Amino acid sequence: MAQSMVKEFTKGLWAEIPPFRLVLGLCPVLAVTKSVENGIGMGIATTFVLVCSNFLVSLLRNIIPTKVRIACFIVIIATFVTVVELMMQAYTYPLFLKLGIFIPLIVVNCIVLGRAEAFAFKNAPHLAIADGLGMGIGFTLSLGALGAVRECLGSGTILGNAVFGPGFQPFTFMVEAPGAFVCLGLMLCLMNLIGKK
Amino acid sequence: MREMISMVVVLTVLSAFSGGMLAAVRTGTQDKIENQVLKFQKAPAIKKILSNVSNDPLQDRFKLTDNDQEITFFVGKVDNKPQAVVLEGKGKGYGGDVGLMVGIDIETDAVIGVWVTTHSETPGLGSRAKDNPDFVSQFSGLGLDKVFAVKNDGGEIDAMSGATITSKAVCMAAKQVQELYLRLKPEIQKQTQQMAN
Repeated sequence: MAQSMVKEFTKGLWAEIPPFRLVLGLCPVLAVTKSVENGIGMGIATTFVLVCSNFLVSLLRNIIPTKVRIACFIVIIATFVTVVELMMQAYTYPLFLKLGIFIPLIVVNCIVLGRAEAFAFKNAPHLAIADGLGMGIGFTLSLGALGAVRECLGSGTILGNAVFGPGFQPFTFMVEAPGAFVCLGLMLCLMNLIGKK
Repeated sequence: MREMISMVVVLTVLSAFSGGMLAAVRTGTQDKIENQVLKFQKAPAIKKILSNVSNDPLQDRFKLTDNDQEITFFVGKVDNKPQAVVLEGKGKGYGGDVGLMVGIDIETDAVIGVWVTTHSETPGLGSRAKDNPDFVSQFSGLGLDKVFAVKNDGGEIDAMSGATITSKAVCMAAKQVQELYLRLKPEIQKQTQQMAN
């Protein structure tokens, strides 16, 4: 049991790391990774939703009729997203302001619904939690990495601390939307290169 | 038939459960959120509007009820004499409510300034209402006898191009404050006079 949990957990970290390998849930990936802080905050919020919804879907998998499963998934996911939204408003308000509309949009993030449909609905709760946690952490790391590259080049900072000397000219292209695509493409390319060996 | 019933029952129970859960979380976080909003959203807007007062408007506030709605008034004093009140109005925008802080000089009954607090408008279009002060600065100095509406609707305000609905929402919020202020004026005067003593 422990072994299969580890397997489900680790696949989300590399072999099926969501934005790069599955290329799913790109909307928040591209939109919020202007800085490391935003990326990781978004990642943690998504992880919470993923773990909770995976667990609940898996728990109810024998009760939910197949015909209305998607509707049930959406109700479950939307509930947890709203919980996250309220929690963020109560405890991390500045981050909530920066992420803005992308927090409620976790509801339509393909990863969350995708994992519920493809994994949690067919597997036992402990595996579903491991899967959700792995996918969520993989997602958080990807967003953090993408955010780090973009923040570093685009604003010359990492987590708000300057990394270059005062003579640095920010490469503002990187913090705009096209920069996000280019950066994601290059990172995908790099991952495929490493993966090939 | 059996399947039909089970679908209805499962969805109903699930929705009821999620509704109950959300209600509980909301009640639990309400006070906290109110404090956070005051600290991060309203305080900056109030400070921008009442830039040259000698007191802390966040401390000198009072509440009045109008049609079962509680409205918070923030008082700005110059030389310990109440000079202005700031209150928030809401207008229906493109992506939800647009909150607008409006500062009113209590002697001349003219608008000192307005500032957008909360909104979920389209980034780059409607969001300019908050990010670019040119639009909201049109309200500064207008008397409360003027019509707070965009020029197309017979008012005084130039709408932002590409963001008509947001422009109208801001005007609606300002109008709401205008009506509220004129209606509650005797009570506001009573409260501010008490504060002067």
